[in-house]
This record gives sequence, C-alpha cells and structure tokens, in this order.
Amino acid sequence: MAVALNQQQEFTAKLKQIEEMLKKYKGQKGALLQALQEAQNIMGYLPIEVQEMVAETLDITLSEVYSTITFYSFFSLKPKGKYQIRTCLGTACYVRGAEKILDRLKTELGIEVGDTTDDGKFSLNACRCIGACGLAPAIIINDEVYGRLTPDKIPDILKKFE
Amino acid sequence: MDMVTLTIDGIKVQAPKDATVLEAARKAGIKIPTLCFLKGVNEIGACRMCVVEVKGAKSLQTACVLPVSDGMEVITNSAAVRESRKVTLELLLSDHNLECPTCIRNLNCELQKLSEELGVQAIRYPGEKSKAQYDDFSPSIVRDTSKCILCRRCVSTCHKVQSVGVISPNYRGFNTVIAPVYDMSLSEVSCVNCGQCIMACPVGALKEKDDTDKVWKALADPEKYVIVQTAPAIRVSLGEEFGGELGTIVTKKLPAALRRLGFDKVFDTDFSADLTILEEGSEFLDRLQNGGKLPLITSCSPGWIKFCEHYYPEFLDNLSTCKSPQQMFGALVKTYYAEKMGIDPSKIFSVSIMPCTAKKYECKRPEMFSSGYQDVDVALTTRELSRMLKEAGINLNNLPDEEFDEPLGISTGAGAIFGATGGVMEAALRTVYEIVTKKELKNIDFTEVRGVEGVKEATIDIDGIKVNVAVAHGLSNARVVLDRVKNGEANYHFIEIMACPGGCVGGGGQPILNADERWEADYREERAKAIYEVDRNMPLRKSHENPAVKSLYKEFLGEPLGEKSHKLLHTHYTKRELYPATK
Ligand code: SF4
Ligand code: SF4
Ligand code: SF4
Ligand code: FES
Ligand code: FES
Repeated sequence: MAVALNQQQEFTAKLKQIEEMLKKYKGQKGALLQALQEAQNIMGYLPIEVQEMVAETLDITLSEVYSTITFYSFFSLKPKGKYQIRTCLGTACYVRGAEKILDRLKTELGIEVGDTTDDGKFSLNACRCIGACGLAPAIIINDEVYGRLTPDKIPDILKKFE
Repeated sequence: MDMVTLTIDGIKVQAPKDATVLEAARKAGIKIPTLCFLKGVNEIGACRMCVVEVKGAKSLQTACVLPVSDGMEVITNSAAVRESRKVTLELLLSDHNLECPTCIRNLNCELQKLSEELGVQAIRYPGEKSKAQYDDFSPSIVRDTSKCILCRRCVSTCHKVQSVGVISPNYRGFNTVIAPVYDMSLSEVSCVNCGQCIMACPVGALKEKDDTDKVWKALADPEKYVIVQTAPAIRVSLGEEFGGELGTIVTKKLPAALRRLGFDKVFDTDFSADLTILEEGSEFLDRLQNGGKLPLITSCSPGWIKFCEHYYPEFLDNLSTCKSPQQMFGALVKTYYAEKMGIDPSKIFSVSIMPCTAKKYECKRPEMFSSGYQDVDVALTTRELSRMLKEAGINLNNLPDEEFDEPLGISTGAGAIFGATGGVMEAALRTVYEIVTKKELKNIDFTEVRGVEGVKEATIDIDGIKVNVAVAHGLSNARVVLDRVKNGEANYHFIEIMACPGGCVGGGGQPILNADERWEADYREERAKAIYEVDRNMPLRKSHENPAVKSLYKEFLGEPLGEKSHKLLHTHYTKRELYPATK
C-alpha cells in the first residue's frame, strides 16, 4: 500500500513538472514532437494524462497526439517494464536466427516490440549489435547478456524473473 | 489569372498557374482515377491511384497534388501508368474484407467502381489481412475497419471541416488503423455523431447504425400504432436515391411512399418546425426585452448541441431551451395527439425520418422522455428509408401525389426552410418581426442569411430595434462565430448554428455522393435551392400563420413558453468532458 501511494505521489509530481515544462510550448502546434520527447524524458513514458496536457497546451486534438505517439517507435505509451529485454538484431545475431528468438519472445510475452506486458514486468525491444557477437544470437535483460540462444531456451530464461 | 499551357495525352491544355494536373485534365475532359482525393477536404496525395507519367520525371507522379507548369507533358494512360494503378488497387483489395453483395455500399462504392473501371479481374497479391475493428457502440455511427482503405477522407473531414478531430491514423505500417485514441469506441470519445465522416468515406468502412429492423417489427405488429414524421430536408434528397437529379422535390411522393410501407399516420416535422419558431421566437423576445442571456443560439441540431456540451460549455446558457422539431413532435404525439385521438400512448410507435445521424443519439437522450415514454422511438436516416422502400419494392417515381395527414402534417414554408443553413434564422425573423411590430412583413425573404458561405452576418431592423444575427454551418465555422463572441469581437443577439455544412440538406444521413459527383456540383447548394422553391410555393410562409399550430395552442398548450410548453417542448443541457475519462 505504502509503495502504491509513493508511486502515485511520484506520478503527480512528474505531471506537475511536465505542466511547467509545457508552458513554453503554449499554442505551438508545430512543437508536438519536441514536447512529447521532453515529457517522455520526465515521465519515462506518455500516459493519457500527459497526452491530454500536451493536447490542451499546444491546442491540438488528443487524437493527433495519440496518432503521433503511436507512429514513432521511440515514444512509449506504457512505463518501461521492470525487466527490459533487448533483442540484438545486429548482423551476427541476425544470421544466427535472432528473428526466431524475437518471435518466440513475442509469443511468450504476448506483446509486440516496443510494448510492455500488462503486469508491468517485461518490456521488449530490438537493438543493434551489443558487442557479444561471439555469443550470437544474444539478448540483454536489464544488464545481463544471455547468449547462444535457441527459441526453446527462452521460456526457461523468462522463468528466472517470475 | 496567369495561365500556363501543357500537353496532356498529346492535347494542348490551358490551365490556371495554380491548378493541379488533375484539375487541368478534368477540364480537358480527360479522366484520371482518384481515391483519396476529396476536393477541398482531402488533398494529400496518399493513395497513388491518380499517377501519371510526366516527361522528364523519373517516377510516376500523383496528379491530384501535382501543380501544372508551362510546357509540361503528361501522359495519363501509358502501360506503366495503368499497371501501377492496378497494382495499387490490387494491394488495397488484398487487405480488404471483400463482401460486396452484403456491404452497405454495394453499387455505391468508389473502390468497387474503380476496380471495374481499371479492369481488375484478379488479385495477384493475396496477403495477410490486418486486424480489424468493428465498433457499433455509438448510437449513430458504425466503424468497420475491415473495409477501410486508409484514404483519410474521414480524418480530414472530422478534423478540418468539423474541427472535432476524434479519429486519426493510429500506429504505423501494416498496423495502421483509423480510430479514436486507444482504439476506443466513438461512443467513448467526444464524437458529436454528425456523420460527416460517413459522407466522406468512399467505401463501407463507416455507416449509420441501422435501425430499420425495429421499424419493420413495429410495422408488422398489429398492436402498434405507428406514426412517422419526415424532416424538411428529406423532401429534396430522397429523390436522388431513385435516380432523381440533385435536389429533386418529392414532397408529395413521401406520404404515398410511407403509407405503402404501412405507417398508420404520416406527419411532417415541418409542423413542429413552425411550432419551434413560436417557442423560440418568444424566447428570443423574452430574453431581448427582459435582459436575458444573449446571444440566443439555436438548438435544432443535435450534433451542434453535443459539440457545445463538449467544446464550448461556457455557452450552454446561451442555447435556446427549445427542443429540436423532432423532439417537440415526439413529445406531442404521445400526449396531445394521443389524447385527441383517444389512443393509448404506450401503443404508439413514433418514427422520424431524418437527414441526420445525430438524431439517433438525440432521441435516446434521457431528457427526451417527457411524454412518459421515449418520445421518438426510432430515428431513421434518409438512406435507411430509401433502403426500406427498395426492400419493399416501392419505387418513388411510380407513386401518385398524396398529402400529409392532418393536423400534424400541416405546415408553412417557414418550417420547410429549416432544412437549409440560415433557414431557422429566416423563419424566426419572419415571425418575430410581425409579433413585435404587429405589422405585416412585406418582403419575407431574408436573403442575407441564405447561401453556402460558412459564416453569414446581418443586422435586421425590426421597427427601430437593430438585431445582429449570425449564421454558421459546419462546426469549424461554429467555432469562428463563438470565438468572435468570446473575444468580444462581435455583438450578436441571435445565432443559428447547424453542425453540418449546408445545414440539414448536407446532413450525415443524406444520400452519399462520390468524390467525382461532389466535385461537379455542390449538392448542398442544389438541395437548398429546392428547399427555397418548396417555401416559395407554399400558401402560408410564416410559422405563426400555421392553423394547426394555432389550434394546438388553443386546445392544449395555452401559450408559447407556458407551463405545458415548458414541460414538453423545452429542455436543458449538460457539460461534457472533452477527453475520455482517464483512469
Ligand atoms: S467497401 Fe466496396 S469493395 Fe468493399 S465490400 Fe463494400 S462494396 Fe465491396
Ligand atoms: S460523426 Fe462527426 S464527430 Fe464523429 S467521427 Fe464522424 S465526423 Fe467526427
Ligand atoms: S474510414 Fe473510409 S474515409 Fe476513413 S480512411 Fe477508411 S476508407 Fe477512408
Ligand atoms: S550482432 Fe548481436 S551481439 Fe553483435
Ligand atoms: S494520391 Fe491522388 S487520388 Fe490519392
């Protein structure tokens, strides 16, 4: 309970911070990308509360804001998961079947690239070479590298984080 | 104007400097197919259906956004052009829920038509289908993205024409879908149910919520006394569904058609439009003379009302408390008329034929149960009526002329012009003038409030009282007028606002014209002309002269703004959130 309360307070504080930040963009319809980027830097993602603030301040529709966020992969609608999985799609990993690894991750987690599981535990991303080509195909979960993967090894790895 | 000369398919063509190749070709009688292009609304060059070859250019160019230039050489039908268009179309079809025979737009679909015109007989690119959304939670609008070709005509209409902006392309690439935020239903966001997006859609991806089943059922039920009212704008549009020219007048065919469908009484919303004028005119005078809230703003258009509730709640007290003619009619049918005829109101099934999708929403509002029942049970659009008639094998053209039933079918020309932008204002001025001056109004045509201009302003002299009026149609124009009031730039006394461009003649429930037809003629203007012709030919043209309205006051209501009126004919409004509820 105490934790949830703290989270709520932190969220509100960040919203306030974003509100302040947005002031300089008042009425500037063209500043949408910058405004969203800065807001995401503060909050870590772009919840609907933030989207509404941006729409209100820039004087554009919420629909336009949402449309833009979902078009660009560097914006995120959900907070980053507790465990961030990055799948290497660098050349070495790619030729050794990184795509199959990624597909398996997607089905195991039930999410697409750039998304976070509903319980907030995992988020899934793709990335370029992570300097572990000798271990290709490889993924990183938070800071730890998992290499020489096959799709069938994925469930066991994920289990460690349950 | 500066002209340039170019060659299109070997023909020398002159065109204004700022024309597009598409425009120049059209003028020269050369057809270039289009799909995403909707003149004046959506000119974004997205679909690549209009590609042409331009000498000197490396790739094919999109004619709809390509400016002409002097000496330009264009080829519109080379093998490369035809193949490119075909490929584009086949790719669209490969991710399309092809079910033409059961589709709402069968035989009136731009995709289907193009496929025929371009000679597509097979789809060479069978592919995966994207995930579709079917949203029928709104009382007015159904979205079926399995038919959507992502042309964005609805998006431009909703954002630019209506300045509502609740649908956009979400996500990217193969996952792109036209939807409200978070893929919510239109019923969860601040959509105003105007249906203008339907009018813009080339395919069956947007349609009205079909309520014909309920009406068929009531008509077949011997226990039910089924009454119908038809809005002013239907008489100048329904004919188009039966091959008539734009704005064909079918006033006298309507009663015959509706009787043949089995309605027990066929009445006219023009009657309650006249009644609205008496109530609203009195309200206006009351506010003017007793320091009430001004400007008074009309309240006939439920799309406008919802827009005001979401976007301009500070103007709610300016709204006339008068219900719309549809709802005044509904409230009276199950009270006054039921009493008069000795019919049990619980047996009455009240149907309206409306040019409007927002009317479906309006008749379900909780304020609209003042007879003790839902005052109007079902609101059908012009298109739904047309479908019912066709299903019943009734051809409008083969019907005799008939009259509406009495007394709620008696009306004046003032009631008829409610169907065009400026009409409510004009009708009100005709009556207000005579009430105030007690003199006969000689020239009853207030032409300064007619016409297709987005915002019209005039000052009317009523025996020394100068009344400043404004008329706006299309919600982006409503914003212009309201912002003027807000910023103190205008001092209006009376404002008419209609959600749809052109007013009801351009309503979201009217026959749908394809992009080419919309380019060739302004359908709203043509239908409005017909409305004014209807008015001109009426023996009575002022609402307060309507004998049926007079007896209604004598027998039942008492006087305008009286106690009964207050209970049955007036209402109130609710501030609504702009954004969907955040959790
Ligand atoms: S939208 Fe057009 S092409 Fe698609 S199913 Fe309907 S009629 Fe056929
Ligand atoms: S009905 Fe009107 S407000 Fe709603 S989505 Fe369509 S155009 Fe926009
Ligand atoms: S819903 Fe209709 S108008 Fe809107 S993008 Fe899809 S096809 Fe075009
Ligand atoms: S390519 Fe994957 S670690 Fe280098
Ligand atoms: S790109 Fe020209 S009509 Fe779509």
